[in-house]
Formats: sequence, structure tokens, C-alpha cells
Amino acid sequence: MTETRQGVSPANRDSIRVTSWRLLALNPLTLVSAVVLVTVGVVAVSAKWIAPYGINDVDVPNALQAPNGTHWFGTDELGRDVLSRVLVAVQASMRIAVTSVTFAVVVGVMVGVVAGYFAGRKGGWLDTVLMRVVDVMFAFPVLLLALAIVAILGPGVGTTILAIGIVYTPIFARVARAGTLSVRTEPYVAVSRAMGSGDLYIIRRHILPNISGPLIVQTSLSLAFAILSEAALSFLGLGIQPPQPSLGRMIFDSQGFVTMAWWMAVFPGVAIFVIVLAFNLFGDGLRDVLDPKQRSAIEARRRER
Amino acid sequence: MAAPSVLTHPALRFVALRLLYSAVVLFGVLVLVFALVHLVPGDPVRIALGTRYTPEAYEALRGASGLDRPIVPQFFGYLGSALTGDLGVSFRNGNPVTVTLLERLPATLSLGFAGITIALVIALPAGIFSALREGRVSDAIVRITSQFGVSIPDFWMGILLIAVFSTTLGWLPTSGYRPLFDDPAGWLRHIILPGLTVGLVAAAIMTRYVRAAVLEVAAMGYVRTARSKGLPPRVVTFRHTVRNALVPILTITGIQLATLLGGVIVVEVVFAWPGLGRLVYNAVAARDYPLIQGAVLLIAALFLLINLLVDVLYAVVDPRIRLA
Repeated sequence: MTETRQGVSPANRDSIRVTSWRLLALNPLTLVSAVVLVTVGVVAVSAKWIAPYGINDVDVPNALQAPNGTHWFGTDELGRDVLSRVLVAVQASMRIAVTSVTFAVVVGVMVGVVAGYFAGRKGGWLDTVLMRVVDVMFAFPVLLLALAIVAILGPGVGTTILAIGIVYTPIFARVARAGTLSVRTEPYVAVSRAMGSGDLYIIRRHILPNISGPLIVQTSLSLAFAILSEAALSFLGLGIQPPQPSLGRMIFDSQGFVTMAWWMAVFPGVAIFVIVLAFNLFGDGLRDVLDPKQRSAIEARRRER
Repeated sequence: MAAPSVLTHPALRFVALRLLYSAVVLFGVLVLVFALVHLVPGDPVRIALGTRYTPEAYEALRGASGLDRPIVPQFFGYLGSALTGDLGVSFRNGNPVTVTLLERLPATLSLGFAGITIALVIALPAGIFSALREGRVSDAIVRITSQFGVSIPDFWMGILLIAVFSTTLGWLPTSGYRPLFDDPAGWLRHIILPGLTVGLVAAAIMTRYVRAAVLEVAAMGYVRTARSKGLPPRVVTFRHTVRNALVPILTITGIQLATLLGGVIVVEVVFAWPGLGRLVYNAVAARDYPLIQGAVLLIAALFLLINLLVDVLYAVVDPRIRLA
């Protein structure tokens, strides 16, 4: 493949970018998941406008209707339009996932980079302390830790965001620390330091750009888990509170009607499944392109053909 | 200072170090769990009492939970009694937390082991098969199927399984639990659906790790050597590749089991399974702080214990670990 060979030349920094994008787009699964994610993003932003009915328009005479021309996803036990509720719930899910993962990335990367940068030298105690805290947090299963945080702060959207954010912070700290530990021994870091660059400059200019690959992959995968965690918390009644619709709670409410109104359980579940799957597949595709080991394997395989 | 002679053996030193490390983390967990009740904005006793509040009940509960003492003696009191197995009494019904937890433990252990068994039965062959056919269509199918499994919300799958196999077909009970030793047949009938729910999701996760582990070993020099000296492919695959991949797979199984034990909260709620997960959920809903603290502590301790056992086993099986 000519375009992959070009990427090797350091003079062509832009063409490396281009080939990364192209490699990404060459994987059909990644492409499809990217399209799905963009669609979900658009739906999430415009949910309030594209929802055909109000989320709490009760219409009891038309309760428990199967999917039809006027209610594409059917209606629930109060006659509310399931499609409209799913759309608005997707918006809420995405907002919580994006906010909480942003929190996790910012805090986790900060902790991980500082710990990794100072590990084993002056300021190394910081590494020891931070990483032991991370170890302790890893001793709790994710949902249990989230539940403990909900127990402290009480249920609600704010708590859900904070809980999911805290729960996924340690993983970013570990990934960032591992990356920092290997990048800081690179010659260009030593040269930069010899030239008198300060720690902050080195972290910003050399460390962060060079550890971003695995962090981007982790972000995509964490968004998938964040959607699942929010759905689980809302299912338990501890996340998004009624009357605001949530995918998890809609599935909980469907339990009494599973056999007579399958659509109440199926559509919210499919919505979660599709979004989570898209984030997972997209994250996998990113890993293939951003991880040098995987990438050379792909390129080698392409050349063989 | 010279190390005691017992600890000069690398394996023993490794185990001792891991023990020490686990103890440090467990102490951190204890501090966090103790802090939990103090981080509650407002007065936890008052919140827990809710509408049942009377000044007498308030004073009694505060006294019983030790929350009326200064914070430092309170912490050491908590630490001391936790180490002797006393986790206080429930805010709701005054029952000792330890007794309640031990009553719930068998149900969660049952579900955890059923789940991990189902997961292994699926993930081992699927992951090995996928790795041996790396890059082919059959590998892609296994990988995508496992992605599907990872992306399904477990509570949703549980509800769908109930809808199909219990409500519609009537083959299995919708919910509930029978103790293994009182009623083995009932135990089996009740555990199939929740076990499948937990196991299928875990199988999806583990398939990916098994595949990665086999691939990593397959790239090793000794596998190439074995192949180049003319051993039959089957021997190379099973004696050299898969056998050595079992070591990392063991670790993943341990971690997965530990995760299952603390992560089956939602599945336990769906199936009305009387385990630790549903206990935590009910305790959070009821703001029963001593019970939440006890359950969180127990699950985190179990998690650490399993990880410790896995690490020690790992060192026993693979000399490279303990000699490093």
C-alpha cells in the first residue's frame, strides 16, 4: 500500500495523519460505528425537537399500543409514546456519559501524568500516595463504588455523573502513568530538559501528545461502560429520576408488561445496546490504528494481499 | 538489616510482599468505608431515621453506632471491631451486620461460581479457536459476537430471558433462590437464568482475554522453535501454546470472578436473588449505613483475597514471576 509507506517518512507529518484516518475508515466496522455514533450525537442534541410527542403526554385510552404508524415504537402503560421517550432518554444518557467521562479523563490524566513523571525521583512520594489511592479504588467493583457514592450523596443526575466520573478515574490514571513512565525516558525528553525546559512545558509539549493514543482508545471504551453504568443506576432507581425518562428506568418499568408489551422492554434496551456496541467497536478500531504494534500487523497483512 | 532467613526464598518473599501489599490496600479500603458515613452531607442518623425520627430513637441509634464519640477513637473503635468481625448493627432492624452478610453470602457465591463456570465453558474454546484462526472470517465472527455480548446490559438480558423461558415457555422459575444443600434440584432450576445472564456477559469479556493470551504466547520464540523442529501442529498448539496461555487466563478468571461477586447487584435485583448485591441495593435505598459499610467492606475484602490467591497461584505456576 503506497499510502501506508508514505506515512513512515518523517518529513510528511500530515500524511501520517491522513493515513491514520484512512486506515480507520478502511475498517468497515469502525466506519459503521462512527456513522452510528454521529447519528446518535445528532439525535441526542436534537431530541427535544425531533421527538414526535411530549415525553409525558399521558393518553390512557391509547395505552399499551403495539408499534404502528402513529407510534413507531408503540406506547407504554400510560399511553406515552415510547419513541419520544427513548429519544429524550438517549440525550440524557449521552449527556451523563460524556460529562462523567470528561471528568474521569481530566482528573485521571492529571493524576497519572504527575505520578508517572515524578515516579522514582524527587517528588516520588506523590507517585506512591496517588497510586496506592488508585489501588484502593480498584478494590471496589465499579457498580458497588457507584452505589456507595449514591449512598453518600443521594440519588440524582448530579450524583450519577460524579459517581461514574470517580469510578472511571483510576483507569485513566493507570493508562496515563504507564504512558508517562515510558515516554519520559525518551531521548527527546532528556534533550528538552538539558535545554532548560521546565517540568510543565515538558509535560505539555512532549508527554501529553505522546501518551494520547491509548487515552483516546480508553475514552471510547469508557463511554461505552459509562452508558451501561448509567443505565444500571437508573434501572435501580438511583440515577435519572422520573418524570425525566431514562433508558434504564424504562426497562425497569417494562418488567410487569414484558409478555403483553414487548416493545416497552425491547426498544430502550436496543438503544443502549446499539450505542454501547458502537463505542466499543469504535474504540477497538481506534486501538488497531493508534497502537503501533497492532498497526504494523495490519499494515503487514495489507501488504501481503 | 538482613532479611529473615525464611524470606530469602524468592517465592516466599513474593508471597510475603503480596500479603503486605494486600494489607495496605485493605487498610485503605477500611478508611474509605469508615469515611463513607462521615461524608454524608447532614446527619446520617437523622437521614436514616427519616419519618421515624424521635429524639429518643435518635440518641439510641447514635449511641449504638458509636457516632457520638470523637472521630479518632471512633475510627480505632471501628477498626478494632471490624478486625474481630463485628461490623455494627443495622440502622433499620438492629440485627448484627456480620450475621446478615453471612446469611447472604452463599447465594452470591452460588451465582458467582455458576456465572464463572458458564463463562469459562464458552470463553475457553471460543477464545482459543479465535486466536488460532487470527485474521480469518471465523476469528472476526467470534470477536464481533463477543463485542455484542460485552455491549448488552445484563439487566436487560435477564428480563428478556425471563420473558422467554419463564413467562412464555414456563420452563424455569422467574425468580427466587433455593439453598444448594437443602434442595439441589430447586437450586439448579433457580440458578440457570441468573447464572446465564451473569455468565454470558462474563464469557464475552473473557473470550477477548483468552484470545489475547493465546496470541501472545503464539508469538513467543519457543513456539517458533517447536514448530521449526517439526513437531505436529496439534502438539505445538496444545502443549506449547495453549498450555502456557493458561497462566494469564488463570489471572483473568480470578479477576473476573472477583468482579462478578461484587458486580451482580443488578442481576440479583432482577431475579430477586437474596445475595449481597440485592442487600447493598436495599441498604442504599433505605440509607442503612452500617449495612452498606459492612457489605462494601466484605465485597472489597473478597476482591482482594481472590486477587491475592491468584497472584500466589501465578507465582507457583510460573517461575518467571517469582524470580523477576
